[in-house]
Amino acid sequence: MKDLAAQALNVAALRGASYADARVADDRSRALSTKNGKIGSASDSESLGIGVRVIADGAWGFAASDDLTRAAVEATAARAVDIAKASARVKQHDIQLAPEQPVTAEWTSPFQIDPFTTSVEQNLDLLLKIDSELRSVAGVTLAETNMNFRREESWFTSSEGANIHQTKYTTGAGYAAHAFAGSEIQKRSYPNSYGGQWQNKGYELIGELRLVENARRIGEEAVALLKAERCPEGAFDIILDGSQLGLQIHESVGHPIELDRVLGMEANFAGTSFLTLDKLRTLRYGSELVNIVADARQEHGPGLGTFAFDEEGVPAQCTPIITNGLFTGYLSSRETAHTIGASRSGGTLRAEGWNRLPIIRMTNVSILPGEKPLTREQLIASTDHGIYMETNRSWSIDDKRYNFQFGCEMGWEIKGGKRVRMLKNPSYSGITTEFWNSMDAICSRDEWVLWGVPHCGKGQPQQVMGTGHGAAPARFHNVKVGSAYKGN
Amino acid sequence: MLDKNRAGDIFQRIREHSTADEVEALFYGTNSALTRFANNTIHQNVAEENCVVSVRTAFGGRTARATTNKLDDESLKRVVQASENLAKVQHPDQELLPMADADKSVRATRAVPSRYFEQTAAITPEQRAEVVGKIVSIAKKRDLTTAGIFSTSESVEGIFNSRGLADWHTQTSSEVSITMLAADSSGWQKANSPNVANLDPVALAELAARKAFHSAAPREIPAGKYTVILEPAAVLDIVGFMFYDFGGLAILDQRSFLNNRVGTKLFGDNIDIWDDVGHPLQSGAPFDGEGVRRQRVQLVDKGVVKRLVYARGTAERMKNSEHKDSVGPIEPTGHGFPLPNEMGEAPMNIVFSGPREPRTIDQMIASTEHGVLVTRLWYIREVDPYEKILTGMTRDGTFYVEDGKVRHGVRNFRFNESLLHMLSNVEEMGTPVRASGEESFDMVVPAMKVREFNFTEVTKF
Repeated sequence: MKDLAAQALNVAALRGASYADARVADDRSRALSTKNGKIGSASDSESLGIGVRVIADGAWGFAASDDLTRAAVEATAARAVDIAKASARVKQHDIQLAPEQPVTAEWTSPFQIDPFTTSVEQNLDLLLKIDSELRSVAGVTLAETNMNFRREESWFTSSEGANIHQTKYTTGAGYAAHAFAGSEIQKRSYPNSYGGQWQNKGYELIGELRLVENARRIGEEAVALLKAERCPEGAFDIILDGSQLGLQIHESVGHPIELDRVLGMEANFAGTSFLTLDKLRTLRYGSELVNIVADARQEHGPGLGTFAFDEEGVPAQCTPIITNGLFTGYLSSRETAHTIGASRSGGTLRAEGWNRLPIIRMTNVSILPGEKPLTREQLIASTDHGIYMETNRSWSIDDKRYNFQFGCEMGWEIKGGKRVRMLKNPSYSGITTEFWNSMDAICSRDEWVLWGVPHCGKGQPQQVMGTGHGAAPARFHNVKVGSAYKGN
Repeated sequence: MLDKNRAGDIFQRIREHSTADEVEALFYGTNSALTRFANNTIHQNVAEENCVVSVRTAFGGRTARATTNKLDDESLKRVVQASENLAKVQHPDQELLPMADADKSVRATRAVPSRYFEQTAAITPEQRAEVVGKIVSIAKKRDLTTAGIFSTSESVEGIFNSRGLADWHTQTSSEVSITMLAADSSGWQKANSPNVANLDPVALAELAARKAFHSAAPREIPAGKYTVILEPAAVLDIVGFMFYDFGGLAILDQRSFLNNRVGTKLFGDNIDIWDDVGHPLQSGAPFDGEGVRRQRVQLVDKGVVKRLVYARGTAERMKNSEHKDSVGPIEPTGHGFPLPNEMGEAPMNIVFSGPREPRTIDQMIASTEHGVLVTRLWYIREVDPYEKILTGMTRDGTFYVEDGKVRHGVRNFRFNESLLHMLSNVEEMGTPVRASGEESFDMVVPAMKVREFNFTEVTKF
């Protein structure tokens, strides 16, 4: 693979590229799922190809091909240069790349059990057992389960001398119970909605999730929601479980700190950001308790945003994003670093596959847990009147990332420190900075989980990426609740 | 690019490698390019060539799929084995049907026009840059900044199975999307077509620029229920969320908002909706994921949900279900996704019928006393699956209309609106056009004037 990449770089240089990198990627995945006692999907997929990125005449070009013959690789590199020269016809400035020391490196994400060596039969039996547990609850009308594995191997080579070989394993699993009766459909998911929990781990994750043990409870909760009272409208203190807080971080912190959005590069599709450059180190983003980092390093944990090097060869880093409530950092790349006065990229350029241009993506954007010991139950016990919300059901935010609205699968009214009644259709909404400034408590390390968001979309052509979000349950003061059903 | 003859040869090699009772191969190939611009600069410019074969094997009620983008003999052998290994370990599903027969698959009600245009396939990076240059010139002339894309592609899609079915589709696509940004406002336009000659990027850029200009200094007006004029892209993006519920499997799963509602009047008398892959403004292959030809199906007639679409297996299951007498005609309609899958089927070539007296957007504005003109909706998600309440935001050109005139730009709204409510309150419609948004697949839809559209919050811009 290294030879193929070197061949591409030679052709790019001969054709006039001032910089080039080549990325060969070999991607393998497996998807298993069941629905109401039947196999929903059983599929394997593999994709191998090369993407060549170049700067010529001060502008970018990128070409990718599934054909790895010598002639095709050379043609792909030449095409990238031709495209870059066409780009140069409509440019304002030449591309500037922040300096980066090229390295030669090998890295594989840690795992105990290669998921592709596990028995398909046993995995399907496990999913069918969960399915059976869910449907053993009277009133469950639809049971869905899934298990997913992925192995991404890539070889990155640049004209500056970088030579990096990385392999990453991802495992994900989860399930949902639906209950339809009368004029409503309710749903409960475990361990999270939209495919469960996902991490850069091997098959050992499946055992850690305690999937079968929780299935009956999830089925019972789905049915119980049909008879629960609707979440009231008004201003309440709310407590969010860790998975919902993870998505809140993703949407209202992770996306607005992407420097390409801030600079207008995503204005036509994903949108821009309220975090204009003047807000760096001046904006009070949240309360003193809010500390958020973007950390791609292995020591942060096996998140979907964990790697050794990003896809322009920059080492994984930890960037403080919000420090004691103050906005302190963006997600950056070699091209964008200079705009914030940084001497080096923050190392966040990532691509969905060999056929996509790397763009700025979240790594693991995580809120740090509270320093004082505090469990979720203690947090609830310390709340006089509020609503606890668990597991995302809907999410939406404007294109500058100010106004958001989230719906959750299940809520509980809290009175006098106790859960007094289950609530269905809970939702909350607000303005990003007002919301984060209202955070008055967060649970400690024992409650902190590194959640995976496997399907984050961005870019044109669109790319789907996995991101990580460490979070613990937290409480927010005086939040608008129930707008989702207002007027309906 | 792969052609049908070569794909047929590859399928024969796949058959030779397989020990399964039945074998199917899907082929997808693309040669695509996209020029992306922002800040009046081409900042990303990409091209891709890729071709995949996806093999499904079946052994007596057990089936699975494996996919590769390597077409050499060793890779084909490996992908067949992978599919067989996944299939063989399953428990048999008595309801799994044999693969589709070649003769029974041809049931189209009308021919699909050619969707391949040499001119589109031949567009070069230089030509795309030239178009972007014109868009940037318009932005600069008006002191605006522009961002967007201009993309072109040619693609193939084919299906072969061991019962002799063999079908093939070639197509080209072209798309322009343009955002114009001013200091505190923006405007947007998007269009696509199999034929690049049908696109007018300069006209789109001028219109997006006018929207940015006229929505400058947006004022905040309170949230509440307003008469709205939704441009076609806004209609497309919001209504698209209901069509996955028009599949038979969604009813069998009891996850559809049409549970117990097929045959009832859910929308206004003026709502007629078809699925029609042969419509001249539609695109895509005329066969489904099992190779069954797509039929033209009327989904909604004068506001009444008339029927659902079916994959072959779903139709058989529905005929034997407790719902069989309450869901209208039950037969395979050529809307199935490749097997095995969890979703079953969905209509993906939606065409709204036009009204007897279509109104232009200007006429809709002229007949509005108080209202909001919406260019585009964004980040739409489902809040309630049975009442079909959706939330989302307005974006890139939202205007206050008063006494028949557009008065000024307004800050963007969040909506929480039921599609049942919205499509029961359509007062006026335009001529349906091919529209393209970002949240749903492309459709042929009209602009709509809707009363009592439910805005619940206002954002900061």
